[in-house]
Amino acid sequence: MNETAIQINENSVRFTDVVSAVGGVDVSYCYQCGKCATGCPVAYEMDLVPTQLMHAIQLGLEDVVYNSKTMWLCASCLMCTTRCPQDIDIAEALSAIKILMVREQRKPRLPDVLKFNKIFLQNLNLFGRIYELGMVGMLKLKTGKYTEDMAMGMKMLKKDKFNLLPRFEGGRVVRKIRKRLKKQEKK
Amino acid sequence: MKYGYYPGCSLHSTGQEFDRSLKAVCNTLGVELVELDKWVCCGAGAAHNLSQLMAIALPMANLALLPEMGLEEVIIPCASCFSRFKIAQHSIKTDKKIRRKVVDAIHKDCNDEARVTHPLSIFSQEPLVSRIPDLVERNLSGLKVACYYGCLLTRPPKITEFDVAEYPMTMDNVLRATGVTTVDWPYKTICCGASFALSKPDIVVKLSHDVIQEAKSAGADAIAVACPLCHANLDTRQDDMAKQFGAHPRMPILYFTQLMGYSFGISPAELYLHKHLTDAERIFEKVGHAA
Ligand code: SF4
Ligand code: SF4
Repeated sequence: MNETAIQINENSVRFTDVVSAVGGVDVSYCYQCGKCATGCPVAYEMDLVPTQLMHAIQLGLEDVVYNSKTMWLCASCLMCTTRCPQDIDIAEALSAIKILMVREQRKPRLPDVLKFNKIFLQNLNLFGRIYELGMVGMLKLKTGKYTEDMAMGMKMLKKDKFNLLPRFEGGRVVRKIRKRLKKQEKK
Repeated sequence: MKYGYYPGCSLHSTGQEFDRSLKAVCNTLGVELVELDKWVCCGAGAAHNLSQLMAIALPMANLALLPEMGLEEVIIPCASCFSRFKIAQHSIKTDKKIRRKVVDAIHKDCNDEARVTHPLSIFSQEPLVSRIPDLVERNLSGLKVACYYGCLLTRPPKITEFDVAEYPMTMDNVLRATGVTTVDWPYKTICCGASFALSKPDIVVKLSHDVIQEAKSAGADAIAVACPLCHANLDTRQDDMAKQFGAHPRMPILYFTQLMGYSFGISPAELYLHKHLTDAERIFEKVGHAA
């Protein structure tokens, strides 16, 4: 991150509370030791390493946070959460920001990752279990990356790795759970 | 010994080798697995990124199936599912508000008492761990294996209560009981790229390549895994690694249950050893067994 002056005002600090309300994680305990960044396997790709993102949340720099790639690059491996000396669930805080962004319909810097998450849940809604071939197909349609991974996919098909047909039994159970959760959110 | 069995989505498709070999090994060890009726996906890998409650409600809906079938303990072989079940159960135990919402969503009571167990925990404990050496029919001591635990079997350690997060030994101990030599290496719990398999493959190729290179420098002939996501990433991406990094790794990736089963004398066909994209059968030739 470059060292230009940043604007902080009274309102901005409440962002910490917003993140905590969604994810149940209070990042104000972070004392910037840097351990989460050191162990993060994807830090090499991030514009802000997890430590910097924690700081940005603390300072209430919403725009800096929302415009960062960091949470979309997080593999949810929980290394940071496991190692944090302040017991902060960093991975959960990153999930909370993703959830917030979807709620507020903000554009992610890595749209394919969000598309994948959404297609995963759609798949669940339909079938109750993940129907992998269907999921791959839907993802290709949404991202337009038809040729990516073709060779690998063909090899896997040859080895008979996929279920060719989905089952529908569990979809109803999942749809009901989602419906009731949506109702709760509205309350 | 009778346990509920939650295979999860992968073990019914891309991870079917894990399902097959686990069942074969349990059969030999006298462990009875009863698959939960009407289980649904637990959302591992994506649900937590869209809704915290959904990520908790789905595992709890599955745990609610146990008492209906007269079961108290469930075996979950997929590390990713295992971790999500543990986290969900922990959340409803520690947060009454979440619990109330989940009960409302699944229209059933939350199952606090269900024991959620990874098969490695059972195999590594008495009485089974002492029985393993007596069941061995093929000597695999010439085989050097790197045990790869991946992220979610051990993490978060306070919640999964599986083993030490930074340097676990459970899988090493189980495989050593079968006579396999396991190596000391630093990447036991370093991430392979996990659920980015479809959405950000470049990350998977790099991280999985790092894991394989590290196993190679420790002198391993093969990597043993306990997670279908780890398996897919390490096994199916080796052609891409060759393209990106020059040399083809050709590192066989096996489920730990396949190694156990092979040592017990179970046939390679039954263990689905031929299903992997990277040839895994040749390592057994090295130790004098034709696959
Ligand atoms: S490990 Fe914890 S305390 Fe240290 S920088 Fe990261 S979040 Fe802050
Ligand atoms: S959970 Fe995400 S942020 Fe934390 S170490 Fe893993 S990839 Fe990095």
